[in-house]
Amino acid sequence: MFTLKLRTFLIFVTLALFSNAAFGQAPKLGKPITAADLSEWDINILPDGTGLPPGSGTPADGARVYAAKCAVCHGPEAKGGANARLVGGEPIKSMDSEKTIANFWPFSTTLFDYIRRAMPFRQPRSLTNEEVYALTAYILSLNKLIGENDTMNAQTLPKVRMPNRDGFLIRFPDKTP
Amino acid sequence: MTPHEKAKRELERLAPVAGNGLLHRRAFLRGGATLAGAMSAYRLVPSASAQKLADDPWSLAPGAAVPDYGVRSRFENKVVRTLSNPKAEPRTQHARTPHHLLNGTFTPNALHFVISHAGDPDIDPDKHRLVIHGLVKQPLVFTLDTLSRYPMVSRMAFVECGGNSAPMFSNEPIQASVQALHGLVSCSEWTGVPLSSLLEEAGIDAKAKWIVAEGADAPHLSRSVPLAKALDDAMIALYQNGERVMPGNGYPMRLLLPGWEGNMNIKWVRRLQVTDQPGMTFYEARTYAPILPGGKAYRFYFIQEVKSFITHPSPGLALSGPGFYEISGIAYSGNGRISKVMVSADGGQTWAQAALQGPVHSKAFTRFRVPWRWDGGPVVLQSRAWDEAGNMQPTRSELVAARGQTARPPAVTGFPSQHYNAITSWAIERGGEVRNVYA
Ligand code: HEC
Repeated sequence: MFTLKLRTFLIFVTLALFSNAAFGQAPKLGKPITAADLSEWDINILPDGTGLPPGSGTPADGARVYAAKCAVCHGPEAKGGANARLVGGEPIKSMDSEKTIANFWPFSTTLFDYIRRAMPFRQPRSLTNEEVYALTAYILSLNKLIGENDTMNAQTLPKVRMPNRDGFLIRFPDKTP
Repeated sequence: MTPHEKAKRELERLAPVAGNGLLHRRAFLRGGATLAGAMSAYRLVPSASAQKLADDPWSLAPGAAVPDYGVRSRFENKVVRTLSNPKAEPRTQHARTPHHLLNGTFTPNALHFVISHAGDPDIDPDKHRLVIHGLVKQPLVFTLDTLSRYPMVSRMAFVECGGNSAPMFSNEPIQASVQALHGLVSCSEWTGVPLSSLLEEAGIDAKAKWIVAEGADAPHLSRSVPLAKALDDAMIALYQNGERVMPGNGYPMRLLLPGWEGNMNIKWVRRLQVTDQPGMTFYEARTYAPILPGGKAYRFYFIQEVKSFITHPSPGLALSGPGFYEISGIAYSGNGRISKVMVSADGGQTWAQAALQGPVHSKAFTRFRVPWRWDGGPVVLQSRAWDEAGNMQPTRSELVAARGQTARPPAVTGFPSQHYNAITSWAIERGGEVRNVYA
C-alpha cells in the first residue's frame, strides 16, 4: 500500500517535472530592446523593399567605389578576377551554366542586401548606405537592367525586375508559407 | 581444429541471403565472438605478420601525465578533415569528415564537417547577443548567460550541407574517398533551448510567416526559415556532444533545424527577424537553388532527403583478401527515422536487409551493418535506405533523370548542383581496391 502510494507520488512528481520542461515554462529572461539600439544590426532587406534605408546612388558614383574597393577581386568593370564576375552570363540551361546576377538572381533587393552585409570581403559593413546604393546601381547598369543615369533608392530599387524572376519552382510547397 | 578454424568452417557453411556472399544480418551475432574472430580487416596499410609477444616499453614504466583536456593517441593523427582552402584565401572554406576512419553514429566535435564562407569568427561569449525582433509584440535580446538558465532539450541530429555528395552529379564517376564524396555531413547530440519558447516569449504577430536568421560572422550569413519549422523542432544549440559548440559550428550558439539544409542552420546566430515574407537572401536566392534540366531551378530545397552510403569498405579502405567482412555504413533522413536499409553486393540485383544499430533516432545517423563473405571476385556494393515517412532512396539513374548531371566531370571540390541523395556504388576489384562506379 505504502509502496503503491509512493509510486503514484513519484509518477506525479516526474510528470510535473517533465511537463514543465516539455511545455517550456520558460523563465522569460529576455530584455526588451529598442529600435534605436538595434539599428546597426537591423540590415535585412526584403524583396518588397522593406528595410531599404534612406539615401541613393547612381552608376557613375558606383563605378568610382567599385574601382577602389571591389575590382581587386571581381576584376575591372566587374568582368571577373580571382572572384566571380558581376556582369554578363549566358541564359541558364543546365547545371553546367554559370549562375550570374543577370541570368539567375530573381530579386534586385538581394544585391543591396548582400553587398551591404558581406562585401568587400575583408571589410564587411564598411560601406555607407549611399555607397551600397551606388554599387548596386553600377552593377545593375553594367548588366543593362537599368539605364546609365538611373538613380537607385528605396523606391526605385525594388521596382527593378530581374530577368530570371520566374525561373524557379518551389521544392516543398507544403512547407513553404 | 582450433576454435578459429571451427568458426571459419561454420561461416563457410552459412548460406548467403543475397548474391556475391551477403549473409544474414545476424550471422556474426548468432555465432558469437568466435565467428567475429574469423573476420578479415579492411586495410589502410599492409598488416604485420604474427610474431612472438613481449612487453613493450609502455608496459615497463609509468605513462605520461593525464592532460586536462584529452588528446587522442599520436598514432591517430592522420584521422583528420580534408581542407579545401587551408590558407584562408578570400573564398569559402570546407572541412570534410573522414567517414571511412570513424565508426558508430556520433561525429567527434573536432571532425564535424565545417563550411565557413569567410572563416570562423573568434567570438567572446560574454559579448555575444541574440536578438528576436520584427513581427513580435516585444523585441528581446538574450545573452548566453540568460539562455543558459532556460529549460533545455538534447537530441541527436545530423547536419548536412545542401552540396554534400555534389561530385556524384559528375557524368563520369570521380575517383575519390568517401570523405571527398560524402564528407559534408556529420551527426552530433545537440543541447540547447527550444526556439519556440523564445519566440513565444517575444510574442508572435498574427501576420508572421518566416524568420530571417543571421550570424555574427563576417558575411553576416542569413537565411529564411518558415515559422512552422521554427516552432516545431528548431533549437538554439549551445552544446555539441556535451561540450560547448565548436567555433566552426557556431560558438557560442547556432540555430539547429533538424533534418534541414545545413546552410540554414545559422552558426554564430545573433539575430532572428520575424517577417511576413522570405528575405530572398544571397544563399537562398542564388547559391542553394539547384538548376534543373531545362534551366528552371528549385527554390527552398529545405529537407535533406533519405540517404545512405557504405563507409566500410570504401575507396581508400581496401579489402585485405578473400574472407569474412562486415559491410557498414551510415543512413539518415530529414523526414524522420530510418526504417530499413538494404545492401547489395551484385550491383542491385539481389538485396540483403542490414541490421540497424539502435536506438534509431529521428533525423540522425543510423549505422547499418551486414556480414559478408567475399570470394575475391569482382563485386559492386550498394546500400539503399527507407525512412519512416515511406521515402525510398532513389537510384542514381532515377535522380539523374529528374535532376540532370554534368556534361563533363567537374573538380572533385566543385558544386555543380545540390541535394544528391541517390545510391552510391562501390566496385571491388580483384586486389581488394574499391572504386566509385555508376551501376
Ligand atoms: C577580397 C576579395 C573580395 C573583394 C575586395 C570583394 N569581394 Fe565580392 N566576393 C568575394 C567572394 C570570395 C565572394 C563569394 C562569397 C561566397 O560565395 O560565399 C564574393 C561575392 C560577391 C557577390 C556575389 C556574386 C555572385 O554572383 O555570386 C557580389 C555581388 C559581390 N561579391 C560584390 C562585391 C562588391 C560590390 C565589392 C566591393 C565593395 C566586393 N564584392 C569586394 C570576394 C571579394
